[in-house]
Amino acid sequence: MLSRVAERLYWSARYLERVENTARLVSVYDELLFDLPKSIEVSWYNLIEILSGEETFEQRYKVKDERNVVKFLLADDTNSSSMLSSLKMVRENIRTTRDAVPKETWELINELDLYAQQNIKQGINRSERHLFLNTIIEGCQKIIGLFAGAMSRDSGWHFLIMGRYLERADMGTRILDAAVSLMLKSELEARIQLGQVTWSKVLKSQSAYLDYRRTVRTSINGAKATTFLMNDPCFPRSLKYCLGQIGEAATKLPRAGLITAQVDKLLEFDYPIHSSEDLDEDFHNHLNDIQIAIIEINHQITENWFHFRQGDAA
Amino acid sequence: MEKLTSQYQTSVFFDELIDNKGTPRSPAKQLLGYLDSLSEDELEKRRLAAEATIQEMGISFTVYTEEGNIDRAWPFDIVPRTIEASDWKVAEAGLKQRLKALNLFINDLYHDQNVIKDGIIPEHIIKDSKNFRPECVGVSPAYGVWAHICGTDLVRDENGDFFVLEDNLRVPSGVSYMLENRAITKRVLPEMFENESILPVDSYTSQLFDTLAALSPRDIENPEIVVLTPGIYNSAYFEHAFLAQQMGAELVEGSDLFVDSDDCVYMKTIDGPERVDVIYRRIDDLFIDPEAFDPESVLGVAGLMRAWRAGNVALANAPGAGVADDKVVYAYVPDIIRYFLKEEPILKNVETFLCDDPEQRAYVLENLDKLVVKPANESGGYGMLVGPHSTKKDQALFAELITKNPRNYIAQPTLKLSTAPTLISKGILEPRHLDLRPFILQAKDTYVTTGGLTRVAMKKGSLVVNSSQGGGSKDTWIVETKGQ
Repeated sequence: MLSRVAERLYWSARYLERVENTARLVSVYDELLFDLPKSIEVSWYNLIEILSGEETFEQRYKVKDERNVVKFLLADDTNSSSMLSSLKMVRENIRTTRDAVPKETWELINELDLYAQQNIKQGINRSERHLFLNTIIEGCQKIIGLFAGAMSRDSGWHFLIMGRYLERADMGTRILDAAVSLMLKSELEARIQLGQVTWSKVLKSQSAYLDYRRTVRTSINGAKATTFLMNDPCFPRSLKYCLGQIGEAATKLPRAGLITAQVDKLLEFDYPIHSSEDLDEDFHNHLNDIQIAIIEINHQITENWFHFRQGDAA
Repeated sequence: MEKLTSQYQTSVFFDELIDNKGTPRSPAKQLLGYLDSLSEDELEKRRLAAEATIQEMGISFTVYTEEGNIDRAWPFDIVPRTIEASDWKVAEAGLKQRLKALNLFINDLYHDQNVIKDGIIPEHIIKDSKNFRPECVGVSPAYGVWAHICGTDLVRDENGDFFVLEDNLRVPSGVSYMLENRAITKRVLPEMFENESILPVDSYTSQLFDTLAALSPRDIENPEIVVLTPGIYNSAYFEHAFLAQQMGAELVEGSDLFVDSDDCVYMKTIDGPERVDVIYRRIDDLFIDPEAFDPESVLGVAGLMRAWRAGNVALANAPGAGVADDKVVYAYVPDIIRYFLKEEPILKNVETFLCDDPEQRAYVLENLDKLVVKPANESGGYGMLVGPHSTKKDQALFAELITKNPRNYIAQPTLKLSTAPTLISKGILEPRHLDLRPFILQAKDTYVTTGGLTRVAMKKGSLVVNSSQGGGSKDTWIVETKGQ
C-alpha cells in the first residue's frame, strides 16, 4: 500500500471518529445541563476546554455562551476540528483514496456531508439539535459498518483501525479529565450531588451506561465509572480496549516494533483507583501523561509508515 | 393526456431516435413507447432521481474559472441515445482499423519514416509538429503500439453516416462518465433493461486492465500497474480514481514514485519501495519527467523517460503518441490507412482544408464565415472559430492567426450534426446536437467500447458539446433489434 494512501486512510478514520465524538459530546452536554440543579454552575465553555480549543475560540468569539460554543464545535470553519471541518477532511481524504475503500463509502460520506451542511442550523438551535446530532452519529456508524462488512482486512483496514482507536482513546481521556476537573473545582458539599449526574452522563456520552450496569453491578460513582472506562477489557470505548486495538493492528503491519512497544508500555500502567478521593490532582497528571503518550504513538505511526525516506531501493 | 413524443419536432438534421415523419426508428421504438407511457410527473420524478444519484455518487468534473476551480455535478439527460447494433458493428470495425494504422504510422515515424520517404505525408508536417518528440526516436514499445488508449470523436451527418471528427491519442478522458451514465440509467429506467436487449458496457475496465497488463516488461504473474494522476485538482481526477479503483490498481501521484539508480521505477509503500511495471499516465508528455522535459513540472517523476527508454517500465500511452492526433495529420489518415494496411478506410473523415496548402488556405480565408477553424493541437474545444456564429472581428483575428502560422490551422465545413430528443424542461422534448466518443484499446489485442460517451449540446442550436463549455451527456444504447 502506498504510504500516502495509508496516511489518508488513517486520517479519514480519525476525522470520522472526531465527527461522531463531537456529536456525542454536544448531545450529552445538553442533557447534563438539564439535569443539574440550578445552583451548580457549569458552563458550555467547559467543552472548549475539553477539546483544547480556547485560543481559537477566543480569537473568534467574545461571549462564551451556549450558542457560540455549539456553533464553534459544530459549524465553525476557522476551527479545524469542528464537526463540519472534520467532515470535510473525511470527504477530502476519502476522495483521494477511493480505490482503497468500498465503493459505497464515497456515496455515504457525500450524503452525510450534504446532510450536515444543509441542516447545520438545526444543530445550532436547541429545539431540533437532538435529532440532528443523532442523524450525524448514525451516518458515521453507517460508514463504520460498511467498512466492517465490506472491507478486506488488509493494510488499509489496519490503518483505519489505528486511526479510529487512537482518536477514540484521545477523546475518551479528555472527557474523563474534564469530569475529574469539574469535580475538583466544585464545593465539597455539592460534589456528591454533582457526582451522580456527571458520571452517569460521562458513561452515556460513551454509550457505556448499560454496559456499566451489566458489568459493574453497583451504583454509579466516580471511582467505578473511571475504572470501567479505563480498564474494561471488552467495552469498545475503554482506554484498554482502544490501545489493544491499536497494538493488534500494528502487529499486522511491517516494522511495527516501536509502536507495539509503546502501546505495551501504556497498557502496563497501573493506576489504582479505590475511591473517589483518588480522582485527584495526581490522577489528573496521570491522564495528562497518557495524553502525551497517545500523541507520541501518533508521531511514531507517522514516522514509521508515512514519511518515506528514499533509500536503497535496488 | 398528451403523449410526450407527439409534440416532438424534428428539424433538417438527422434525428437518431425519430425520423422526419415522426416515427420512432427501430432501436428507439421500445424506449419511446415506454417514455410515452409515463406521466409528466412520473418523468419529472425520474429526472430528479437521476440528479440525486449523481450527487450521491459524487460524479463531478472540475471547471477552471477565474474564481478558482469549481466542482460541478455531471450534467446528464435521462433520455438515452439508441444506435442499432448492426450499424455499430461497422463503426467498430472502422475504429479498430483506424487505430491499428495510426500505431503503425507512429512506430514508423520514430523509426524508418518510410511514410515520409514514400511521399504519403510531407516531412515538414511532422518536423514542425508540436507533438513529435525527438526523445522517442528509436524506442520500440511492446507490440509496436504507442497509443494504447484512444478516444475517437464520431459524429453522424444528415444521412446518419458516421464520420471521424478527431482522434485523441494523448490522454483522452470520458470513459468513466460512459460507465456512470449507464449506472445512473439503470437506476432511473430499470424497467427498460428487463425487456430489451441493450448491450452491456461494463467490461471496459477489465479490458483496460488486460491491455495494460500485457505491456509489462517483466514476465510475472501480477505486474504492478498504477494510474498516474496530476492530482485532485485535475478536471478528470474523478475518472482517474474511478479507473484505478475499478482495475484494483494503485492511484499514484508523481511524488509517490521515484526512479532509482538502476533505472527502474519504484513507488513508496508502507513496506518500502516497490517496483512498478506499467504506468497508465494521465499527465501530458511534457509534464511526465522534469529531467527530460519541463524542469518546472512537479507533477511528474524525474528519470521516468530514462526508465522507459531502458525498457524497464511501460507507459500508456507512450510519450510521443500525440504526433498522430495533430489535426493536420488527421487529414492524411485515410491515406495512412491505405498505405499501412492496404485497405480502404471503413470510417470517413470530415472534409478538411489544410491552411498549410496555399490553395486550400485561400479558400479558407475567403469562407471564414462558413467554416469551422481549429488549431492543430488544442483540445476541449478551445481556440476555435465557428464561422456562422462569429463576428467580423473574430474572423479578422483568425485571418491574421492563419496567415501568421498556417501549419497550425485547419478548417472544416460546419457539420450538420445529428440530434436526439432531450428533456429540456418538465415534459418537453426538443432535439439537441450530439457527438459520440468511443474508446479503443490496443496492445496484443484490440477492443472497442460498446457505444461510447454521448455528449450533447444542451443549448438550442449549439454544436459545442464539451462539458467544460456547457455540454451535457446521455447514456448510449447499442440495441439489438434483429428478430423483432
